Amino acid sequence: MCRGAPTGRRLPTVRYSISSLLGQAITGNRGWKPAWRRTEPKPVYDALIVGGGGHGLATAYYLAKEHGMANIAVLEKGWIGSGNIGRNTTLIRSNYLLPGNIPFYEHSMKLWEGLEQDINYNAMVSQRGLLNLYHSDAQRDAFARRGNAMRMHGVDAELLDREEVRAFVPYLDFDNGRFPIQGGLIQRRGGTVRHDAVAWGYARAADRLGVDILEHCEVTGIDVVDGRAVGVQTTRGAIRAKKIGLAAAGNSSRVAALAGLRLPIESHVLQAFVSEGVKPLIDTVVTFGAGHFYISQSDKGGLVFGGDIDGYNSYAWRGNLPMVEDVAECGMALMPMLGRLRVVRSWGGLMDMSMDGSPIIDKTPIDGLYLNCGWCYGGFKATPASGWCFAHTIARDELHAFNAAMRLDRFATGHLIDERGAGNRPNLH
Amino acid sequence: MRIPCVYCGERGHEEFAYLGDATVQRPDASSATAAEWHDYGYVRDNPSGSHRELWQHVSGCRAWLVVTRDTRTHAILSVEAARDVALSREKAAP
Ligand SMILES: Cc1cc2nc3c(=O)[nH]c(=O)nc-3n(C[C@H](O)[C@H](O)[C@H](O)COP(=O)(O)OP(=O)(O)OC[C@H]3O[C@@H](n4cnc5c(N)ncnc54)[C@H](O)[C@@H]3O)c2cc1C
Ligand SMILES: [Zn+2]
Repeated sequence: MCRGAPTGRRLPTVRYSISSLLGQAITGNRGWKPAWRRTEPKPVYDALIVGGGGHGLATAYYLAKEHGMANIAVLEKGWIGSGNIGRNTTLIRSNYLLPGNIPFYEHSMKLWEGLEQDINYNAMVSQRGLLNLYHSDAQRDAFARRGNAMRMHGVDAELLDREEVRAFVPYLDFDNGRFPIQGGLIQRRGGTVRHDAVAWGYARAADRLGVDILEHCEVTGIDVVDGRAVGVQTTRGAIRAKKIGLAAAGNSSRVAALAGLRLPIESHVLQAFVSEGVKPLIDTVVTFGAGHFYISQSDKGGLVFGGDIDGYNSYAWRGNLPMVEDVAECGMALMPMLGRLRVVRSWGGLMDMSMDGSPIIDKTPIDGLYLNCGWCYGGFKATPASGWCFAHTIARDELHAFNAAMRLDRFATGHLIDERGAGNRPNLH
Repeated sequence: MRIPCVYCGERGHEEFAYLGDATVQRPDASSATAAEWHDYGYVRDNPSGSHRELWQHVSGCRAWLVVTRDTRTHAILSVEAARDVALSREKAAP
């Protein structure tokens, strides 16, 4: 699948609107143009972004929009949407606990709230609420603390008791023998966004600002001269650039190794599942607090759910059966009616699990080379702020206050951002 | 994915707990620099392909194993008792 136009011509700028929709409807929808140009690589760019996932595309868009750069290319080894941006379960939230994280994720949430107007693309941003259930007194206390931390940073959070949860999502198993539901912490501004529309929308918006989107262009080498990155080798030829940003998600270690860097990252596989379509049932997002399980319903009717990473290093894009069983068990403990549904699809994606469970958006020891990685299984919600901060870091050669804590050297200085408190065990975050 | 434990034979991987890269080695506490501790604690090769890694057979004999596995296919290439690996490493050291 390749959605680019066949030539390097500039596309006429068609704004998507109710009138363009009606106009197309009465002419049989035959006049739609490709969403971005298909073009050949130029020999030199001001900035290259390696990885055309959500983060890479958002970075290119904000570089062009916020920092006035136009001579930019995004290099994607597959096609736009082939990575995790098209594989995630679409949840967005900003319910973090630690100071290094909350302002960043809340910035992301605010960007989501204005995204569709900004990029003129329907990304189906749906703030349907995200509810984390608690099942014990200790967990209630921890959630109260998290909710307070969020509210102190101006983020919405509400602690619900058991009856308030029951009124909101009556179909859960409140009296489960082992894990009765005691209540929950809800962020009403959380919800879902159509994941691949985010990739297509950012790609189109970046293209409109002059960014070249180069699909099927795998970076196979990074040229470093006297401690400075000067260009890349790709399957479509050599390209020189003043600045190079790496945003390769699950492949971060492999791409960074091309410049001789070793990262605090392990790649792991995360699976997700979709059931057959049913009538509207779940109008929010629910997470189980006694195991790792979360569920929502897509607009097509399928229930979308998932759980933990499989837990061992993997580049296989597929997981194993024990995690399927674990997710199914958690689902049945939370919502026994799920047992009547058939799972129609499951798949895996590659997570760049960092050593403290938090991401890295920073410069590197190599001049002109910038790094964006370590998103673990929560990088979709971060897409707008990640691109926004990475663009700032690349354009200005400095970290913004929002990503000031997300440094590569924090593991050496001891300033870890460990939400889970699990230490240097990527498979426990 | 099934792991052939050197003591118990082939078992499903859910019987095992995963610790990670088996090639990182704890530096000598009397002489190690901060940079060496940092690399030991946090930095990994994370290869796509053959990976030597530590698993413990927690729901079986509880032995620690060094498993060599292809991270692209999950194929198990070899399994050794971690104890044997450590002893031969000690012997090889000057
Ligand atoms: C099953 C699943 C469920 C998830 N659910 C959620 C969720 O509900 N909420 C949430 O916030 N997050 C979720 N995530 C995490 C989220 O999807 C990722 O953290 C995020 O998408 C990563 O950033 P990205 O979009 O840029 O990655 P990607 O889309 O993977 O982009 C990286 C790109 O780099 C390209 N690339 C790699 N190497 C090279 C190279 N050498 N040259 C050129 N290009 C290269 C890849 O082809 C890829 O397209 C989930 C992930 C998975 C797998
Ligand atoms: Zn055993």
